[in-house]
Amino acid sequence: MLTEKYPSEIQAIFAKYPVKRSAVMPLLYLAQREEGYITKENMQEIANLLDLDVTEVAGIVGFYTMFHDEKAGKYRMQVCTDLPCALRGADAFLEALCDNLGIRVGETTPDGLITLEEVKCLGGCHRAPLFQIQEGDMVAFHENMTVEKTMELVEALRKSVNSSPRAATA
Amino acid sequence: MAYLLLRHRDIPGLENIEIYKQNGGFRALEKAVTTLQPKQVVEEVKASGLRGRGGAGFPTGVKWSFLPDTIWPHYVVCNADESEPGTFKDREIMEGNPYQFLEGVALACYAVGAAEGYIYIRGEYYPIAKQIEACIAEMEKQGYLGDSLFGTQTSIRLKVHLGAGAYICGEETALLESLEGKRGQPRLRPPFPAVVGLYGKPTVINNVETLTNLPFIVEHGAAAFREFGTEKSPGVKIFSLSGNVERPGNYELPLGTPFRELIFTHGGGIPNGRKLRAIMPAGASSSIIRVDDSNFDRVMDTPMDYESVPSLGSMLGSASVIVIDDAHPIDWVIKKTIDFFQHESCGKCTPCRDGNYWMKHLTTRIHAGKAIAADVKLLDNVAAQVYGKCLCALGDFSTMAVRSAIERFPEDFEKVTGNS
Ligand SMILES: Cc1cc2nc3c(=O)[nH]c(=O)nc-3n(C[C@H](O)[C@H](O)[C@H](O)COP(=O)(O)O)c2cc1C
Ligand code: SF4
Ligand code: FES
Repeated sequence: MLTEKYPSEIQAIFAKYPVKRSAVMPLLYLAQREEGYITKENMQEIANLLDLDVTEVAGIVGFYTMFHDEKAGKYRMQVCTDLPCALRGADAFLEALCDNLGIRVGETTPDGLITLEEVKCLGGCHRAPLFQIQEGDMVAFHENMTVEKTMELVEALRKSVNSSPRAATA
Repeated sequence: MAYLLLRHRDIPGLENIEIYKQNGGFRALEKAVTTLQPKQVVEEVKASGLRGRGGAGFPTGVKWSFLPDTIWPHYVVCNADESEPGTFKDREIMEGNPYQFLEGVALACYAVGAAEGYIYIRGEYYPIAKQIEACIAEMEKQGYLGDSLFGTQTSIRLKVHLGAGAYICGEETALLESLEGKRGQPRLRPPFPAVVGLYGKPTVINNVETLTNLPFIVEHGAAAFREFGTEKSPGVKIFSLSGNVERPGNYELPLGTPFRELIFTHGGGIPNGRKLRAIMPAGASSSIIRVDDSNFDRVMDTPMDYESVPSLGSMLGSASVIVIDDAHPIDWVIKKTIDFFQHESCGKCTPCRDGNYWMKHLTTRIHAGKAIAADVKLLDNVAAQVYGKCLCALGDFSTMAVRSAIERFPEDFEKVTGNS
């Protein structure tokens, strides 16, 4: 239960808005913190907290690309291939990452570490190629990347996960 | 010239509140709260001619004066959703010069009598949102936000709301829906947010860069602000330069600076010995400007301001200048822009939702070399059907690159359709 796990954070979220319903996005982020996706039970709990129907909460989860209702790798590696990045070679970069990770876009490495995704402009077009890593409710940018630097990062993430299961991205 | 917005490039450490204070920080806010009536701030901003930097270029002071005095409370909402492909200026402001930005938000609150302001930051900027929250806490601690500001009756509180990945939430009414905890789909207008906005109350919505101009205007006055830029487009602007240039990045320049200076002097020109072929001055939402031997100088000498860019059949918008060289076919460019809009259409109205579905189908087929000339006509036709028939401007935006590409770069389409 979110209310048992994060009582003070939930209180602080509600205090931010004059209308309860505005808390839905921050609560969904909270629900995504540990597993990286939002379970049916959490959606139901949030619906109850806000006096909403659960289908409405599910509709909000579905509307925003950063909310997920399915389990994926521990780290979602989200590569931008929008026009400005693509003019600087982002498509080839993504393809090379696929080859190096041995997976296609949308797939997860067999060890459950990385899910590779293709996304729209991240606001870092001058530092292409780039990606963000979404982990739970957090995001970190990795800009001016090369395939080699990316594979080193993947190795570092793999090691940190093996030594401590709740290591941070950065 | 000293920076007005990207001042952190002149003053290292400006993201630290003490350094900001040592460099004149919060003087404008103190001046406004302790010596000016809110109406006087509105008048000064009107006189400055400041126009919204989020894309539409609407005069900021005029927009503020639409809020009715009879309905309360008023809200200020800052649009930090920055999602137009090719735009990365608000991010640099918030990272490098966060206190000037927040002082600007507080000034807007004071001007329209809002005790609460929300800053809607796109979810991808999570680390920046955390930083801005920490800056707000610091300002509260030091008495620049909160109750009884500078010993007066004025209270101003700011709060950060994190988006979750949706370009449409940059559209102001969709942003309000999202902030109210709904799906981010635009509202029917009228009523306009100035009258019925956040939680049904009068609301001002302004872009990050717009608000970051306010401390300068309030401290130094409208005339000082007008020393930069042109008569109708006063002030400086941050141009986000991306694509095929040697030095992509943000460039703060007076409005009215010619394309040549941005792309060649600052941006270092086109790499790899390639030629400049096309410019999209307003991100993916632009009509594409064709550059060739016949018009090179005319395009390069065109001033980048709200009045002049339309003479090239395009728009200044958010000044996200995407440069395209002659190695990239234009049928591929519009495939990319339609991939974006098709993904970002909120689905509320049929012309935008279905039109973008068909445009995606057609641009993909054309780029794959599997289309005939009639498909290009059909694409143009679909775009024409979408234009002007949608609830919000995203629908129109989605057609800009497509229609201008077909009209201005016919040879690229003849090549892929074999002119059959
Ligand atoms: C589809 C769409 C996306 C938009 N995205 C943004 C955005 O990311 N940031 C922004 O400031 N304005 C954006 N706008 C413009 C806003 O609707 C609004 O005009 C602006 O925030 C007003 O602030 P300003 O007057 O200070 O420019 C967008 C508009 C549309 C139609
Ligand atoms: S024009 Fe497109 S994005 Fe705008 S409301 Fe209609 S469907 Fe949504
Ligand atoms: S296009 Fe990739 S970050 Fe903007």
